[in-house]
Amino acid sequence: MRTIQFREAVCEAMSEEMRKDETVYLMGEEVAEYNGAYKASKGMLDEFGPDRVIDTPISELGFAGIAVGSAMNGNKPIVEFMTFNFALVGIDQIINNAAKIRQMSGGQFNCPIVFRGPTASAGQLAATHSQAFESWYANTPGLKVIVPSNPYDAKGLLKSAIQDPDPVIFMESEQMYGDKGEVPEGEYTIPIGVAEIKREGKDVTIVSFGKIIKEAYAAAEELEKEGISCEIIDLRTVRPMDHDTILKSVKKTNRLVILEEAWPFGNVATEITYQVQSQAFDYLDAPIVKINTADTPAPYSPVLFKEWLPNHNDVIKAVKKVLYK
Amino acid sequence: MKKVTKEVYLKWYEDMLFWRKFEDKLAAVYIQQKVRGFLHLYNGQEAILAGTLHAINPKTDKLITAYRNHVQPIGMGVDPKRVMAELYGKATGTSQGLGGSMHIFSKEHNFYGGHGIVGGQIPLGAGLAFADKYFKREGVTLCYMGDGAVRQGSLHETFNLAMLWNLPVVFICENNGYAMGTSVARTSKEQEIWKLGLGFDMPCGPVDGMDPVKVAEAVHEAVERARKGGGPTFLEMKTYRYRGHSMSDAQHYRTKEEVEEYKKIDPITQVKDIILKKKYAKESELKEIDKSVKARVSECEKFAEESPFPEKNIMYDAVYEQEDYPFLPHKL
Repeated sequence: MRTIQFREAVCEAMSEEMRKDETVYLMGEEVAEYNGAYKASKGMLDEFGPDRVIDTPISELGFAGIAVGSAMNGNKPIVEFMTFNFALVGIDQIINNAAKIRQMSGGQFNCPIVFRGPTASAGQLAATHSQAFESWYANTPGLKVIVPSNPYDAKGLLKSAIQDPDPVIFMESEQMYGDKGEVPEGEYTIPIGVAEIKREGKDVTIVSFGKIIKEAYAAAEELEKEGISCEIIDLRTVRPMDHDTILKSVKKTNRLVILEEAWPFGNVATEITYQVQSQAFDYLDAPIVKINTADTPAPYSPVLFKEWLPNHNDVIKAVKKVLYK
Repeated sequence: MKKVTKEVYLKWYEDMLFWRKFEDKLAAVYIQQKVRGFLHLYNGQEAILAGTLHAINPKTDKLITAYRNHVQPIGMGVDPKRVMAELYGKATGTSQGLGGSMHIFSKEHNFYGGHGIVGGQIPLGAGLAFADKYFKREGVTLCYMGDGAVRQGSLHETFNLAMLWNLPVVFICENNGYAMGTSVARTSKEQEIWKLGLGFDMPCGPVDGMDPVKVAEAVHEAVERARKGGGPTFLEMKTYRYRGHSMSDAQHYRTKEEVEEYKKIDPITQVKDIILKKKYAKESELKEIDKSVKARVSECEKFAEESPFPEKNIMYDAVYEQEDYPFLPHKL
């Protein structure tokens, strides 16, 4: 099978959907003439022209709202935020309008829109550029939240997101755009709301999503050498969450570690913890452990940043804790 | 612009009176606690809607506004019974009881809400126009806001983008003097709100918002400009609201004398005076209209009273288009 980069998978997904559906357009800062701040829309201006691949000024509130308005009137916009940190100045349009229009209008209007861009940290970018808001968006009824971890999932899920009649938050990572992975020729979709077991195992379940899942893979390799078998579940979609896949795995391994790049207070891992204790309490042989970033804004200094961000050693420690080793 | 004939004046009189009495009825049933939540009434500002409706094509053009939004959908053709029922929280309401006072919508009648966050609807209005332009439709969007909303960043970002992309949208500020309890003078050094258009090179100007003819002329010019590809316009309608910001407003920020002064230029009285002066109708004929308006408002109340409350599952049905969305349970 051919191998392509994450950014190419994103570009293919958008381009394929735009070829099929003239209501779809791409809008954002630097998406057209610059080919995307991270080159995820490379060549799209040439193919689709400036009416459908639209550069904006630095005006997230304005263009997010215009996109939502156009979605109420027949378009299926893809809105690129250079990062989701910058979406904060436009978040009113996502939470109060995109997520609510359908409900407030008693189902008269829907809002088929995708907001996409990188989430979480990307090296030493410090406090304002290293934030993960998956749990914020996932807390909001009306939205769906997708966080893929490889090119294959990114393409299939982004196509589903663009086709979806409801608003979708699609979160990528600056540090994944260059990742290569196998992606078949031709079209395919991956259903929203379905997790995937990325590595089968029997001793412990590790749930993660997005780029940080790589730390779980690295930990599992190390632990295998010590005879510990890890099952790794990639959520892929955070809302709606595939609780069945998690519960089934926990009922098999009886131990759960959750790895999430986000602040520890009230996050995705917290939600999983609640669900598992309420539905599989008797299956648990150890308290659930969740691994998150430090409970502080991201620091800049390399020493501090390394300490702040979870890594595979943290996963190894957590796995050993739930195994009482 | 279509001529302002005798029929137009009589229609304006009847429509504006109906809107006024409809709002008065809501105030009354609010006090009886049959309608709850916030209630923002349009009394005093009716000429803006009447003039607008004369100048647009309701089949192609769209209206979007903030939360003072009960009568605009009625003007666009929505059955007022359904608007009243929405405020009662009934299943027969425009949003089946999910939206309430601040969130009236009608896709069928090109009324795009009904928005509760001050200024949040401004980019949406430009977005409706964006789609009409994208699909090469002839529609123009009329995007309303209060004087409080013009201090939001959303207005400034949207003005810039709407001009940059030459969108077919008319922005209309209904300046009723007060953002809740804060007068315009207390919100900016520059009090002529229409001048905000100048910085974006957007055609703009002030309009007497108490006179439906003046409103219709200004809106007509702006709508036609937009329809012909001339892009956005910003109009500041100078108007006044007689009631408080919402029903919980004690109105300590203004005097009774000020309210009475504005009632001298009341839009309904102005139209009535013209009708009588030009002998378009006799006083007795207007009294007949008053009676029929009162009866129609009572029918709305009766309909809302007698309508059933929504089934509980509607709470889930309207959130997603996806029919089998797996909602998390919230109670045992």
